[in-house]
Amino acid sequence: MRTFKRDASFLVVVLAAVAVLLVNALSGGAAAVPASTLSPPKTADLKPGPDGFIRRWLVLEPIAATGLTESIVQAAVRKGPFANEPSAIPRDEEKVNVESAQLTWHALDTSNYNLNLFHFARSLDKNTSNVLFWVVTVVHAPREMRDVRLAIGSNAASVWWVNGQEAIGIYGDRQTVIDDGVSKRLTLKKGPNVIQAAVVNGGGATDFCARILDSNDKPLTDFVVNLRP
Amino acid sequence: MRNALLAVVWGSASLMLALDGDVGIHDPSTVVVAGGKFYTYGTGGTSLVSDDGWTWRKGTALPLRQLAPDVIHIGDRFYLYTAANSGQTKADVSMIWTRSLDPGSPDYKWSAPVVVASSDGIEDANAIDPGMLLDPTDGRLWLTYGSYFGYIRLVEMDPKTGKRLHPSEVPRNIAINSEASVMIYHDDWYYLLVTHGSCCRGADSGYNIRVGRSKKVTGPFVDNIGVDMIQGGGKLFVGSGGRVIGPGHFGLLDLGDAVQKFSLHYEADLDRGGASVLDIRPLLWKDGWPVAGENVKEGTYQIESLRTGTVLELAVEGVPVGGRRTGRGGGRGAAGAEGGRGGLFAGTGDVIPPQDPAVVSTAWPKGNLDMRMGNYMSQVQQKWTITPVTGSGGYPGSPYFKITIAGTDRTLAATGEGELVVVSAFNASPEQLWRLDQLADGSWRITPKAGPNSKEPLSLSAVGSSFATLARFDPASEKQRWILKAP
Repeated sequence: MRTFKRDASFLVVVLAAVAVLLVNALSGGAAAVPASTLSPPKTADLKPGPDGFIRRWLVLEPIAATGLTESIVQAAVRKGPFANEPSAIPRDEEKVNVESAQLTWHALDTSNYNLNLFHFARSLDKNTSNVLFWVVTVVHAPREMRDVRLAIGSNAASVWWVNGQEAIGIYGDRQTVIDDGVSKRLTLKKGPNVIQAAVVNGGGATDFCARILDSNDKPLTDFVVNLRP
Repeated sequence: MRNALLAVVWGSASLMLALDGDVGIHDPSTVVVAGGKFYTYGTGGTSLVSDDGWTWRKGTALPLRQLAPDVIHIGDRFYLYTAANSGQTKADVSMIWTRSLDPGSPDYKWSAPVVVASSDGIEDANAIDPGMLLDPTDGRLWLTYGSYFGYIRLVEMDPKTGKRLHPSEVPRNIAINSEASVMIYHDDWYYLLVTHGSCCRGADSGYNIRVGRSKKVTGPFVDNIGVDMIQGGGKLFVGSGGRVIGPGHFGLLDLGDAVQKFSLHYEADLDRGGASVLDIRPLLWKDGWPVAGENVKEGTYQIESLRTGTVLELAVEGVPVGGRRTGRGGGRGAAGAEGGRGGLFAGTGDVIPPQDPAVVSTAWPKGNLDMRMGNYMSQVQQKWTITPVTGSGGYPGSPYFKITIAGTDRTLAATGEGELVVVSAFNASPEQLWRLDQLADGSWRITPKAGPNSKEPLSLSAVGSSFATLARFDPASEKQRWILKAP
């Protein structure tokens, strides 16, 4: 009996060690580092930065994904959490099941023009390479805004939707460049407009930026972001 | 005027040739000239050396086999900076120095490495890819470093020791989303050149070199449309083109006399199986921004003086294209511009073909002929073929060329008196080999490999509107600047 208890204790220790190793293997493997550029929202509404960059987003924990070509990225995004609800707006800390993993949405404000996904994933001790991030924001327009364009940059590939319609996609290994991809002309309706994106990273740094340009290619700043409809 | 000139020469002069010899390297350092030789160092402690900047061979490996070095010559020392990662973003930039780059010299001895910059794996930087600037205005020495994880950073160094001037100085963040940074100074501006895009994917590499500028060495560095490099801005300096993909790792090579070139590597040279290779190209300047020039390529050109607008030509009597007019009624045929009415200005009604050199040249005297300059009339004696010559050496970026009347063997040569002659056949003597260096405004300096009995290099120079000679190159003069145009 005593032998059994000793053996059982030892087994528990071994199993616990294996579990830690497994978690490390599945996660980033590095110690979690607080995201210096990201913070939880403190206000209901947030205006864009002076250059029009949208600074508030809901970000889903990363999903494993490999490949940055157009065909591979398009196939990956068709399996996403919005496959059946293209304009759905998740909530902060909402949990979803994606490919048998339970992932959490995080509402975040960025202090920069871009949102640093490397910081985000590293702060949660998640993988930063060969992953896909889903991001969502809600732009509240004071009036109908016609002939505007969504202008984005990402590291690396990304696909973007506005109110459920695909607006732009950029592919391949690239670093974030302001206004790297610019959509065809769009109309923002008065009130809430849902912008979603899937950003796929291969290796290295990963981030994105987004703003809306008017008909003269000047950034719009007269709207607010509120993550509720 | 100069902007229009650049537009003409870019549209006319053809694309570059690759360097010669063994040019495989990744992330090359600035090319340094020492003891008459050209040296560059790359990732993995690799090195290349050349006697003339055209034909390269493998050099002696560095004692530190790390990433993407840079080299700078200050006083009697050559400082080499290189870096290594010890984690995803944890890294150190180290410095070693030597008094000679020639392994055969008794002064060739690298010092022990000293760490000069670091990243701790958590901060927003990855301390690799060092680049050096010795400020010509005040003698201060600066190091830039960084990669895609976080910022490109700037710290000041001690030019007497190559080490950090203030070890506890907080690095300045000056750019983002880039790597392979280096600064250069030109006309009161500091330029930060960086490489954007992806490396290390062969022909799938998106590497490209971009630039921003500042009036202060500490920035901010802003591109031509006002985007700060701290937000990923950068004017495109050079991207993929022709048979080469993924340019990166700019290095300035200043040859004096206002002739500047730059070194770089391509991630994939498709003519070399997609290997990563070194190249050297002309550095031009337009509206205060550096522009990547292209080495001259084989082709037929009119060689026009920037000063006079007249072109080099064989001193023979020219015949108008299509023949001489025979009367007031116009040239051959009676057809006019409108329904066959003829007349002085109506043309022949047919396409007038180019002159045939084989036919026209039969009327020329045999032996050596003089040359002169004249208005371009699309005639045979005004069209020159520039052809690379193998086995006769070269200069940074190119081999020597022969310059012949198109369709003939008549070859431009320098004389012992510093004048020009067109000889009847090419024999590869140094007087018949020409070096073409593109100048900052896109025009060309044309210099013989050797003029007989000349003690100083002389370049092709316009004298008056109708004659050319060889003269000492004056960077401030337009007399020695030439435009190569498609004829």
